[in-house]
Amino acid sequence: MKYAFYPGCVSRGACPELYVATVEVCKILGIDLDHEAMKGASCTGSGVLQEKNQKLGDTLNARNFALAERSNLPLMTICSTCQGVMSQARKRMLDNPKYLAEINAELTEEGLEYKGLAEPRHLLWIILEDYGIDAFKSKLVKPLKGLKLAPFYGCYMVRPSDALGFQNNLEREDSLERIIEAVDAEVIDFRGKTLCCGFPILTINEKNSMKMVANHTSDAKNLGADAMVTPCPLCHLNLDGFQSKAGKSIGSQINLPIIHLPQLLGLALGISPEKLRLNKHIVSTKVLLSELSLKP
Amino acid sequence: MGTNKESILMNVNLKVKRFDPGDSDRENWWQEYNIDIHEDSTVLDALIYVREYEDTSLALRCACRASICGSCGMKINGSAKLVCKTRIVAVAPNGEQIIVEPMGNHPVVKDLVVSLDTFFNQIKRVKPYLQTDHVPESGEYIASNESMENLLTAMNCIMCGCCVSDCTVLEVDDNFIGPAALAKAWRFIDDPRDSKKEDRLKDLNDEDGGVWDCTRCMQCVEVCPKGVAPMDKIMELRDQAIEIGLNNTNGARHAEAFYESVGHSGSLDELRLPIKTFGIFNIKELIKLIPIGIKSQLVGKRPPIFHKNIPGVENIRKIFERYRK
Repeated sequence: MKYAFYPGCVSRGACPELYVATVEVCKILGIDLDHEAMKGASCTGSGVLQEKNQKLGDTLNARNFALAERSNLPLMTICSTCQGVMSQARKRMLDNPKYLAEINAELTEEGLEYKGLAEPRHLLWIILEDYGIDAFKSKLVKPLKGLKLAPFYGCYMVRPSDALGFQNNLEREDSLERIIEAVDAEVIDFRGKTLCCGFPILTINEKNSMKMVANHTSDAKNLGADAMVTPCPLCHLNLDGFQSKAGKSIGSQINLPIIHLPQLLGLALGISPEKLRLNKHIVSTKVLLSELSLKP
Repeated sequence: MGTNKESILMNVNLKVKRFDPGDSDRENWWQEYNIDIHEDSTVLDALIYVREYEDTSLALRCACRASICGSCGMKINGSAKLVCKTRIVAVAPNGEQIIVEPMGNHPVVKDLVVSLDTFFNQIKRVKPYLQTDHVPESGEYIASNESMENLLTAMNCIMCGCCVSDCTVLEVDDNFIGPAALAKAWRFIDDPRDSKKEDRLKDLNDEDGGVWDCTRCMQCVEVCPKGVAPMDKIMELRDQAIEIGLNNTNGARHAEAFYESVGHSGSLDELRLPIKTFGIFNIKELIKLIPIGIKSQLVGKRPPIFHKNIPGVENIRKIFERYRK
């Protein structure tokens, strides 16, 4: 199994632990990550660039898709936001051949063309759809029995469901719960799991952003969660980085570790917490790891 | 109903959130109903059946039963839907229990009936009517077919309140103008007959709870039963506000800084983005970044100080340059 690996900006910026954990996990699973194919790929625009110019954003994504097509490899992302923005761009282009042709005209100078074949897919879906949950389970070294985990998807991983292909891939709707169950942990289901973490308005309306962080993390904690697991590094940045500030706004210390999806997979595959960089979080993972009899 | 009624009945299990303002003993409660109903039924058919034959005290609101009037918005399994447009087999294909609640972000009057006062107050905030500064000599305003077609998506709004129900911002801040009202504002701003475009944009840009408070979570796009896609309209309003020079907001600076970063280097410079968003001279806000900066530094999560360009960045710059023209 080999993929054109698109790590996104955040896993090479503010969440380097996500990048490292992904590489470690893929090594154990025998998933070959091609780091060269997408080397010249740009940012997806993250939905922010699209606020200014949607067609420009779609052109950047078409260019990234064309790079993946040139490698003849399926495309892998590890960021909910990249996933959503790419899927939306892809849908707009495939729904409208004239629009796609206009965009491709912008790529001819570089000798690139998006043929509509490349399809972005998150590691979360790849584990379920390509690798297979049973094959993954067969690699488990340390089942995380007794651990209670709240899923947190990130908006772009669940909406709009048509662009994300939910109608043809029903298992995507509860993909994170399936993974939590596969590592033998217990799912803490809570209402906030598909809502907004508040990150996009962090610098615009911090008060609202902090309320969202406080609501989600305290709800999950009150329902008994030991940690929250997310496939979105931007959700991680807000829920982890700003949890203590959000907690202060409601007069409580929440202390809920926020784990990246590959870190969860890695723990169950027996990779050491250091290798997964679980010591690189703002909310400490020490208590969580000692519950698992693992040293932080 | 079909002719062979017996063979096409199915069992439906509804769990309904109840509320009675006259019942001082309990705030709200859940009640389950088990009924047999025609397999093609909608959730509304099931609720009407319950009210007619099982429990006459159940309050619900509906009128057209054809997703035109917008009266029957409710939460089905956690998301807002018009129940007349929602078939039971679509939400409970294997006979699962269906959870029915009143819409969110609206005050509940009784059981599944909500008050739309909050909704219409939001709509009124955006002055939902044409404002023109002159009467054409011919006596009527002629708008091109194309310009009216452009407005169709927003004009499809039937004011059911589903988008408001599931808006993640309204959940934490009832001062937000909300998705329905902002889509309505867009409808007038993009109407060639309206002469208050700039004033409207300025209000929506400056006001607390205006266009920049949207989180882009897409709940409104997902739940709208009419394809209005309010969030897309909000994004267009942001773009239009920047276009007419309203760029003195954190939101506008954030979009601009993002654009510059990707246009220059091909990727996002996470270290400089917040600084440029607040403005380099906004000492008060910049000081607030220090604690998270220190924490990130301590655990080794700080983004690189020297932001690198992607290989072949000149191709990205050329694309940006062409779009700038």
